[in-house]
Amino acid sequence: MVPRALEKIRERACYGGATSSLAPVQIMTDPYETLGLSKSASDDDIRKAYRKLAKKYHPDINPGKADAEDRFKDISVAYGLLSDPEKRARFDKGEIDATGAETPRSFYRGFADAGGGGRYGADEHFVDNEDAESFFADLFGHGGARSGQSGAAGGFRMRGGNVSYALRVSFIDAAKGARKRLTLPDGRTLDVDIPAGIDTGQTVRLKGQGSPGLGGGPPGDALIRIEVETHPVFRRDGRDIRIDLPVTLAEAMLGGKVRVPTIDGTVAMTIPKGSDNGATLRLKGKGAGAPGGGDRGDQYVTVRPVLPRQSDAELEEFIRRWYDSHPQDPRDTLEQSR
Amino acid sequence: MMALEQVLAAVGRVDRQDLTLWIERRWVRPHHEGGGYVFTELDVARVTLICEMRHDLAIDDEAMPVVLGLMDQLYGMRRRVRHLVDAVSAQPEEVRRAIAAELKRQAAED
Repeated sequence: MVPRALEKIRERACYGGATSSLAPVQIMTDPYETLGLSKSASDDDIRKAYRKLAKKYHPDINPGKADAEDRFKDISVAYGLLSDPEKRARFDKGEIDATGAETPRSFYRGFADAGGGGRYGADEHFVDNEDAESFFADLFGHGGARSGQSGAAGGFRMRGGNVSYALRVSFIDAAKGARKRLTLPDGRTLDVDIPAGIDTGQTVRLKGQGSPGLGGGPPGDALIRIEVETHPVFRRDGRDIRIDLPVTLAEAMLGGKVRVPTIDGTVAMTIPKGSDNGATLRLKGKGAGAPGGGDRGDQYVTVRPVLPRQSDAELEEFIRRWYDSHPQDPRDTLEQSR
Repeated sequence: MMALEQVLAAVGRVDRQDLTLWIERRWVRPHHEGGGYVFTELDVARVTLICEMRHDLAIDDEAMPVVLGLMDQLYGMRRRVRHLVDAVSAQPEEVRRAIAAELKRQAAED
């Protein structure tokens, strides 16, 4: 549409003897284009298009957007022209151009943003009670304005931000607790005490190890999110630790002493005679620590009988003969409960 | 400073009855002096805005207090942010740079 607008300016330059100079002539876009309409738009279409655009671009509901005012003026001028049947007809015939007489006006935002706008507080009964001091105290954490000791330099004092890190910890370290050295991106190192019994998703907070404060404000904290690695043998169940312990058929049937791994090392444990698959034994105090202090959990050992590694004709023959003379169905309980 | 009559004439799209109702509803809060209302430029611009929201943006009387409430919160927040910006501007270069860097970092996290 630019060529067309230029044409009009040229016309004006020829006929418009009254126009003192060409310089301030504003190039207006086609009002139909401004409102996103075709030439055949009805009055109703024009009103709807204007409302839609005005809702989007009204400067007073877009106080932070500098171009909203220009955009809204264009929209208003276009609507002013097209909503007046006489002006619209003259424009369509090319008798007038798209530059409307722009009435100078002041938008509300100009006043509301300037001093004095405070009179229209959001809610006169509540917000006015919230003084600026408490607002900024909330903004800066509670060390700032509220304590009354605002920094010497202009009273601007700000707590440093918290900084988050992630740390992977081995299963054993998480269960027993450990001290880990963390190297930060800026080259600093931090010694992190991992409390015994910590679990994945929990956070260790190191006070004062975050970003430095401003204007004498206190530093923020380092927040270290823990991820506990899985272990091939041990499983965590809160404070307790669980393991599956493979035993021979002989150990399960006859009982015996076996060696069992714990997070403290290997310990001896007695398997009672007749321990079936799934029987669970407890090793007291061999679990993980409790993060808040308190007693350690226990280790639960579940007995898992396994067949001999090599097949053996003699054993098979014995088993066949034994079951022939002692017929039984371990699945009869399943039948009954059906 | 304008009296109510002058506001009606200047705005042109509101009658006495509506404007009085808006004042009762506290949508517009002119000063009250010597038995009449006194409107500042701010008040007049607000009356104009309410007229436009009503006629051009099709916001009805039920929705108007919601819109005005949100708008007033927005402008209130802008005033406070401006105070904050002014306070930050008064700081030494080093502090302002640190704040700018932190803002940038937080914007990237958002």
